[in-house]
Parts: sequence; C-alpha cells; structure tokens
Amino acid sequence: MNDTELTELAARIVAEAGRRGATAAECVIRHGRELSVTVRLGETESIKQAEGKALGLRVFRGQQAGVTHSSDLAWPAVSAMLDAALTIAGTASPDPAAGLPRAEELGQLAGDLDLYDPAAAAVTTEQALEWARRGEQAALATDPRLTNSDGGSCDAGESTKILVNSLGFQGCVRRSSCSLSVVPIASHEGAMQRDYWYSVARGPEGLEAPEAIGRKAAQRTLRRLGARKVATQRVPVVFDPQAARSLLGHILEAVSGESVYREASFLAGKLGQQVAASGLTLVDDGTLRGRLGSSPFDGEGLPTRRTTVMDGGRLESYLLNCYSARKLSLASTGNASRGLAAAPGVGCHNFTLLPGAITPEEIIAGVPSGLYVTEFIGFGVNAVTGDYSRGATGLWIENGRLAYPVEEITVAGNLKDMLRQVTAIGNDLEIRGAVNAPTLLIEGLTIAGS
Amino acid sequence: MSDAASFFTRHYGVTAADCERYLAAALGRGGEYADLYFEHEATSSLTLEEGMVKSAAQGISLGVGVRVLSGERTGYAYTDDLAPEKILRAAGVAAHIASGAARTRIAGLGETNPGRNLYGPGPAPTDADMLAKLALVRRAEQAARGHDPRIVQVRVGYADELRRVWVVSSDGRSSSDAQPLARLSVFCLARENGVTEKGHAGGGGRVPLEFFDHELTPESLGEQAAREAVQQLAARPCPAGEMEVVLGPGWPGILLHEAIGHGLEADFNRKKTSAFSGLIGRRVASDKCTVVDNGTLPSRRGSLNMDDEGQPTQCTTLIENGILKGYMQDHLSARLTGARGTGNGRRQSYAHMPMPRMTNTYMLAGHDDPEDIVRSVRRGLYAVNFGGGQVDITNGKFVFSASESYLIEDGRITAPVKGATLIGNGPDVLTRVSMVGHDLKLDQGIGSCGKDGQTVPVGVGIPTLKIDRLTVGGTHE
Repeated sequence: MNDTELTELAARIVAEAGRRGATAAECVIRHGRELSVTVRLGETESIKQAEGKALGLRVFRGQQAGVTHSSDLAWPAVSAMLDAALTIAGTASPDPAAGLPRAEELGQLAGDLDLYDPAAAAVTTEQALEWARRGEQAALATDPRLTNSDGGSCDAGESTKILVNSLGFQGCVRRSSCSLSVVPIASHEGAMQRDYWYSVARGPEGLEAPEAIGRKAAQRTLRRLGARKVATQRVPVVFDPQAARSLLGHILEAVSGESVYREASFLAGKLGQQVAASGLTLVDDGTLRGRLGSSPFDGEGLPTRRTTVMDGGRLESYLLNCYSARKLSLASTGNASRGLAAAPGVGCHNFTLLPGAITPEEIIAGVPSGLYVTEFIGFGVNAVTGDYSRGATGLWIENGRLAYPVEEITVAGNLKDMLRQVTAIGNDLEIRGAVNAPTLLIEGLTIAGS
Repeated sequence: MSDAASFFTRHYGVTAADCERYLAAALGRGGEYADLYFEHEATSSLTLEEGMVKSAAQGISLGVGVRVLSGERTGYAYTDDLAPEKILRAAGVAAHIASGAARTRIAGLGETNPGRNLYGPGPAPTDADMLAKLALVRRAEQAARGHDPRIVQVRVGYADELRRVWVVSSDGRSSSDAQPLARLSVFCLARENGVTEKGHAGGGGRVPLEFFDHELTPESLGEQAAREAVQQLAARPCPAGEMEVVLGPGWPGILLHEAIGHGLEADFNRKKTSAFSGLIGRRVASDKCTVVDNGTLPSRRGSLNMDDEGQPTQCTTLIENGILKGYMQDHLSARLTGARGTGNGRRQSYAHMPMPRMTNTYMLAGHDDPEDIVRSVRRGLYAVNFGGGQVDITNGKFVFSASESYLIEDGRITAPVKGATLIGNGPDVLTRVSMVGHDLKLDQGIGSCGKDGQTVPVGVGIPTLKIDRLTVGGTHE
C-alpha cells in the first residue's frame, strides 16, 4: 500500500469506529525502512536491514478512552482491534479532560519542511560500510594508544507517519535520517578508556566527513587516558555541549505538561517567575526546515510552532499536549508525541538553549579550579524535587586551563539552584540532533570523590 | 510440536518444512549458521491516576527475524508479515553477510524444547479479565492513599504481556516457549510544609494474575511507595565523599548488575573491551562473595525456560569465593571463543539481534547477622532502595542511584537522607566487601535492563552487604 492508500485505510478505520459506537477516534499508521551496519577493526561486523509497519488506534466512548495497536494491517485483524479498543474503553473512567483536540486547533504547516532526503533511502550497504570503515580507520590511525575499538556504525532509514482523526484531520509526513558514529578504545599502562563521536542528519550530504568524526572520537578518547579521582569539594563546573544537552533533557522533563499537571516537577506553579539566570533562553521549535525534531503537525494533529519556554531566565511556557493543557487550563503548544501503544504524551521538537557571546575557551579561562564535564552516567535526577546527583567524567581545570582527566566522581546539586547559578553561556551552539545546548558554567556544585 | 510453535502454524500457516526452506535461503550464500525467531507478543496495560483509569491499552506485535552468522559477521533482517515471500525475502537479505557457495543441507529439525515450566500453572495474565486487573490497581491506590494523609497523589500502573516465541536453527533445533510477564507499580507524591517528595514501588514476575492476591499484594506495594515518599519528607542532604556503605537486601543488588554483571557479558570480553577482559581465575571480590546469574528460578521476572536463541537457561557461577569463574554467553560468542553456551542470548524483540544479557543476577547468602553489619559502622550510609544504574564497560566505572537511604552513626541507623548516586570501579568494588548477611533477598520483580538500545526484563538480589569504602555523591561535604 502506498501512503495515499494507507491514509484511506486510516480514514476507513476511523469511520468504522464511529459506526461501532465510538464518539471520536484517531488512527496512526507508521511504516519505515532501516539499514544499519557496524564495522569493527576494519571488518564488517553486522548488517541489518528491514521494513516494518504498525497501526495504533485511540477510540472514545464519551469521555472514556481505549488504545490498541497492532502490526497486522489486514482487515480481520483491524476489525478485532476496533472491537478490543471499544471494549477496553469501557474499562476506563470518564475523564473530563480526555478527548481529541478541538476542531479549530487542528492543522498543519504548509509547504515542505525538507524532512525527507531521497538520498538517505538510496544509501547502499556498501556505502554505509565504507563510511563506517573510514570513520573507524581515521580514529585508529590517530595514535598508537588506540589499540581496540567498539566499531564504526552507520544507519540510514526513512519513516512515514500518517495521522487521521474523526474531526477530519488527515496528515502524512515522511522523514529520513542518516547517522555515523565511531567508538575507539585507547589503552595505556593497563587501563582502558572509550569515548565516541557522531554525526546525524536528514541525508548523507548533511553528515560530517567520516574522517572528521573518527578523529574527533579519537581525541575525545585519548584525553581520558590516565584519569584519576579528585578530592570531595565544592567548585564551579563547566558543562561541555554534550553534558549541557543532558542537562536540557532534565529541564525538558520538568517543563513537560505531564510532569507539571501531576505536580511532579520542581517547575510546577512557577509560570511567569524568574527560575533561572538572566542569560538563559530556551526555545522549542517544530517549524525549522530540515531539522531532526521538525514536523508539520504534532501527535494530535495540531500545527507545530515556536514556543519560548524560558526568556532571560523567566519561565514563559510549559510544553503541552491537549490533555495536559486542559488539566492546567492552558492551550496546547503542539507538543503531543504519539507512539502507537499509548495515548499521546508530551515531547519536544527542536529544543535549544540559545548561545551566549563568550567562547568556551574564555569560560574555562575564568575558572581557577573546577571541573570540565564531558559525560554523565546514571539516573540520579529527581524532577519532583530537582535533586541532582550524577556520575561524571571529564577534565580538571587548574588556573583556567584543562589540566588532567578525572573519573569516578559525582556532580551533585539541585536543579532549582543550578538554573540560577548559570554564570556563563558559550557561543558554541552546534546543531546535532533535536536537543542542543552550548557550553555552560554552573557555580557551586558538589564534587564527591576521594 | 509444542503449543507455542503450533500457534504459528495454526494462526499463520508456518510449518517446519517452510522453516527448512527459509533457512536454506538464509544460507544461500554460505555462512555457518542461521536461525529464525518468530515472535507474537500480546500486551495489556492500565493506568490509574487522580482516582481515574486514564488509560486502558492492548496491543499485538508479530514478526520474524532471520539471522545468518558467517565467522564474526552477523546478517540480520526482519519482517512483520509472515507471508512466505516476505520471509524468503528477509532470508535473502540476511544471507548477504556471507559470500560463498550455498549451504543447502539443513540438519533435520528436531524438537529441542527445554521441557520445563518455570512460569507456574494457571492462565497467562493477559488472559485475565480487565476488570480483575482494574481491581488490583484500585486496591493499590487505596492502600497508598490510606497510608498517610500527607500522600497527595498516587499513580498506579499495571502491565502484562504474553510472548510466544519459536526459534528454529540450521543445526536442527526447534524450540518454543510462551512467556508471561506481569508488573504492578505504584508512584506516590507526599507533601508537607511546601516540600514534595516521591516514592515508588513495583513488582511482579512471570506469573498468573492470582500472584497479586497471595505473593505480592497491591496493598503491600501501595504502602511501600507511600512509606518511601513520606520518609523522604524528613530527608536531610546526603553526605558527599568516600565512606562505609551498607546495602540492604534485595533490589540494592542492582550493584552487582552494574558493577560486574555487564562487564561479564561474553561479547565485551571476546572483543576485549571490558574492564574484566582476561581476568578469569583472578580475584575480583573478597572471598565472602559468590555471585551467580540464574535464569531458572521459578516465576522470576528475569527467568526463562529458554533464551531467545532456543537454549535452556541455567545457573552460571560468575564469581566463586571472590575468584572470577565465567562469562555469560550467547551463541555467537560461545562459538567464536569455544566456550560452552550459558543460555544468556536474549533480545528485545524480533526486530533485534540477540546478545549476551543477564537473567537474575545475585550474590549468595553469607554468615553475618544484618544487625551486626549495621552495628559495625561508625559513620556511613545505609541504602535500601534504588532507582537506576549505569556502567562504562571499558573503564569499569559504574553508578547507581539510591532513592531511600539513611545515615549510620555509631552503629545505629539515624536520619533519612536525600537520594544520592553511588559511584565505584567494577573490578575492585567487591574486593572491599567485608561482611555478607545471611538474609539473601531477590527484588520484587521490577527491573529492566538496557544495552545497545534493547530493553529486557531482569532480576537482581543480594543479602545485606558492607562495602568498606565507596564514593557517595551527595551535596553535603
């Protein structure tokens, strides 16, 4: 079936739901292709190739909702799914906030957002293997201490999402993506370290050169050799853009309407208040051409938009789907994310911390003694309280210079304070995926070590 | 033919003869081994929040993965359509990993089912009435709300699945299994004087729904979650730095999973990318420590009659009296290293390649009295409940995050402290285990493990343990 036929199938399912007693219905169909290869120490390690499709259905009986999904799109399976959805909707409680969007909210951005690059679908296994091999080889050729590898990998694929609801919304969006990553391993005096680097884009043209990715991965790995623990102390911490990106992930959870209406966020009830340092401006934008988080419509059929979440440190907006918006007496910001197996959740599109004016080198130069963190591990973040404690790896800053690598330490604080203690924001914003941040300096965090 | 295999024949017309044809196509360009992994997974779930069942969901996913091994190479393809032409096409795609002459002789298929049932008698939880599941969810909610007036919010989730799998391989094995799984979880918020804290509890296993009437009641889960949230209201900032740490029994066994479990998965060791590579026969723990991975415990979340390559699971000794004994193997690593399989080849679904994964990983009981263990600590941390953890396999550094812990002062458990991350080095953390309790406990059936983007259910366990020195990542210097 082509996309027109699949859209017709979705419309037929929605209409049939109405005939069987649903007061409203929504059907989502996804299909896609993937190619994924890995190369290790120059040899092909794995090649994976596949196509898949699946269908998700949400039906309402008044204010009761039922959700079903299946990978079988043949009519007998679909018919059974419809009946199951209507039956389990009877199990749900009537919920005044449940329901499709209002008809006047529905819509989609006009024109092509450049989300599909046919070259991504045309990537051959041989090309993917060659890029992965070149990336890995460039990494391993950098230094004799790079003695092993977890490989180079290249993925290319495309996916299509079709959304139809009983209010007449019909949307179909096709996207592609390509990525290339390299994970070298260095060893020195019996200790091993690994790190990685990657590039991701809508098509192969947008990828950084395999050699550049490999060399960057090698540098990141080599600089970890000889890492040691430092003493427990309170210091300023510089977050490199990767580490800053992970911090943005925690802020995202705290501004998600789902956390907010449940009061499971330290930012609940703070709308309009100064919650962060005055340099902090956070924007979510689903309308940017060609970007990985862009889409003409969200998971409920609302047009995407640009939402300023924080402006100069003032909390301007949460990210909302229709459900969380109704619970908070606000309007949806077009941030519904729709998997197949569950009712719409909340997700970001392109979530960005806007850059400042200062270079990362200047930020580091201003720190007499502190930590430059390049990677966090673990899940020690509590969005309810803001309590933050994560395992960290990075470099120690002495007299404004990166002095030596450190590991087996934790960085702890509370996000409420950390947001206010951002004292410098770098000018080095690089777009790499859907969540992006420049280098950040946060004062007064506790490092636990020896 | 077993029930799960005949399920695919009955419903989708796939026969053993078809499978031989697909395997022949998979080995059409050479390669030493091929297998087919048929999977049908039915799921159902309920979420209760604000006293309302906000979401009721059901789903079915179906597909087959075709794998071809050629030396160290893996070719993989899958399809969600079991029509012969689609499976043949997937087999042809996977075959491309090899480049030689066709190997058409497939060993005649013989049934190699493990012939045991670890999941107990009774119907699969997916077959139970939605109203019975709803009743469980409501009971858990009432228990949590009734525990303390400071509980201001309760969210309860119930989810179950029945996974029918049939693995057919070119060496003539045909094995199938129908794997049930159920989990009930409770999340609470407690509030007092403007302070809000959370608590969480969950459990279940490969069990019929009746399990929750007898073994692990919704009331006990509701109370556990509520108690944790209320307890945290009084929590002080956690200390930072190296100190003595006592881990309570059960779920804190996540220490083993992160600190040593992943590092002992055979793929990392075959590639020499693990901090444990080459350490077999060497001391990696104090002589009080014996650690196993056991997929054969009845009804446990991490247990399986067979792994996702059709091999029976087993109990594998990883560390015996402190000495590293063995790794957890999948088919590929066992074959390449000449090791014996251990039944640890697992995958998230038909859309994923199998790899070595843990089942239930735990430390055997020791001889110390848990109270003596606490009494022996002058100043330290007593951690009894955890969130998630993570490890860097290559340098061995691991973390795991405490959600409920207390100070130990002069041998007594005193004030609750805020959540903190514990961090250490896998190959040496267990060498500092100086006391091991006689109170081995396994977790209640809550864990999921992620590796290379694949999530599988697992179990962990420990007796009360004392670690003489571990870095605690709090805020209080």
